[in-house]
Amino acid sequence: MDNRLIYLDNNATTPTDPRVVDTMLPYFYQHPGNAASRNHPFGWTAEEAVDYAREQIANLISVESKEIIFTSGATESDNLALKGVFEMYRRKGNHIITLKTEHKAVLDSCGKIEKMGGEVTYLDVNYDGTVDLAKLEAAIKPSTILVSVMWANNETGVIQPMKEIGEICAKHGVLLMSDATQAVGKIPVNPKEVGVHLMAFSAHKMYGPKGVGALFVNRKKPRVKVTAQMDGGGHERGMRSGTLNVPGIVGFGKAAEIAGQEMAQDSERLSKLRDKLQKQLMDRLEEVYVNGNEGHRMPHVTNLSFKHVEGEGLMMTFNQNIAVSSGSACTSASLEPSYVLVALGLGDDLAHSSIRFSLGRFTTDEEIDYAVEALVKGVNHMRELSPIWEMYKEGIDLDSVIWAEH
Amino acid sequence: MAYSEKVLEHFKHPRNVGTLDKSKKTVGTGLVGAPECGDVMRLQIEVDPSSNQIVDAKFKTFGCGSAIASSSLATEWLKGKTIDEALSIDNMDIVEELALPPVKIHCSVLAEDAIKGAIKDYQEKNGIEITAKLATH
Repeated sequence: MDNRLIYLDNNATTPTDPRVVDTMLPYFYQHPGNAASRNHPFGWTAEEAVDYAREQIANLISVESKEIIFTSGATESDNLALKGVFEMYRRKGNHIITLKTEHKAVLDSCGKIEKMGGEVTYLDVNYDGTVDLAKLEAAIKPSTILVSVMWANNETGVIQPMKEIGEICAKHGVLLMSDATQAVGKIPVNPKEVGVHLMAFSAHKMYGPKGVGALFVNRKKPRVKVTAQMDGGGHERGMRSGTLNVPGIVGFGKAAEIAGQEMAQDSERLSKLRDKLQKQLMDRLEEVYVNGNEGHRMPHVTNLSFKHVEGEGLMMTFNQNIAVSSGSACTSASLEPSYVLVALGLGDDLAHSSIRFSLGRFTTDEEIDYAVEALVKGVNHMRELSPIWEMYKEGIDLDSVIWAEH
Repeated sequence: MAYSEKVLEHFKHPRNVGTLDKSKKTVGTGLVGAPECGDVMRLQIEVDPSSNQIVDAKFKTFGCGSAIASSSLATEWLKGKTIDEALSIDNMDIVEELALPPVKIHCSVLAEDAIKGAIKDYQEKNGIEITAKLATH
């Protein structure tokens, strides 16, 4: 049996770059200090390392290092930004606007805010996954305090028009928060330039370690504050208590530095590989659809639906060798297909048939060739097994069939 | 989630994939599920009217690995059984045989329904009293 393992699921998590690991290692045993210990060299060394990493990360997104709040990851950053803003600005208003295609960390935080007395508008998106700017502007009302729009979508890779969104928010004096987990380190991200006031991201999506993330909080014009969601020693300017994960933060900093240096060449190389993967699959197979806007998309991502093939079954034909993910219900605990793809207006049947390919820094040309062969073989095999593919081939209109839904 | 050995075996080597001539009086077809739900099973039987025995069974399934394994197993079990014996196949037999986890039990329910749907179709075609009752209808 073929033992090769090809990782095309880099939107789930990325491997930690060996250069990052090397930078982290001394901070486990050699330099074990707590960055908050102000009175001995162990503490000083740790604090210096954290400060340096904060600089590296701030440089990557062109902000001041004081504007970086370390957290345990993007989920915590999303929670802190949304709930923290809601609590801090509640006297000004209780309304938040977000999109139906946001990550669960945002949607579920908004759900909690609704229980706390907030009002949340969940906007539909266009068929290509982008926000409808007119709808967004129309949704802003006097009680609106915050708009939350993700920079790039995790399932489709679609990049939102952040500059235009920022202009609308500035015009109405509303704060703008962005979950930029999938974008930072992969494409140029500059929150200040586009008017984003709070931005969540994490290390493990950009070749850093898991368990460490950050929230950018704008300090000047406007000075944004969030109410802490974690009470304790008052670390991170009082916004996030808890002993800092020094090795993780050091790794995060190194990952940010490498991303800054290699982003341009990585994205150019990966977009070529991604385009080749997509083109070959679409050339060699019938009835393949691209989900999301191809013109405004992360360079390493493509989300394809293979009609009349169920995603989880398809993955089973090659998942001993290739890792991807699917919007099929069978891969989720809820047994519902991807809400992101459904929000794009895709029928449930196409959502069940979707596969997300997310390439990464360590993906090779040869791996893409191998993946294309495996996918073509898998799709053809699954279509041989598929009664609805047979019906489609016989010219039966599947919409006219009365299905025994269960 | 890891799959059981038996699911993997049926998935890799599905038994009795194919299509029987549905215009034949001796063939019964069950089509259950819906594309929007992520699984559609078509199960067909060919019956020897003199003995009431199922002489052939074929399936095609759009669905996950467990759905494919459930229908593959069903066709294997059906061959050689009489209609009455086939009607006694319970979805929990399939769950047990394939060691399906709780979230995949609906695959076995679908397979049981596909069996009953095929038998019902055969009985209708031949003006025989309908003894097959589908769980989800």
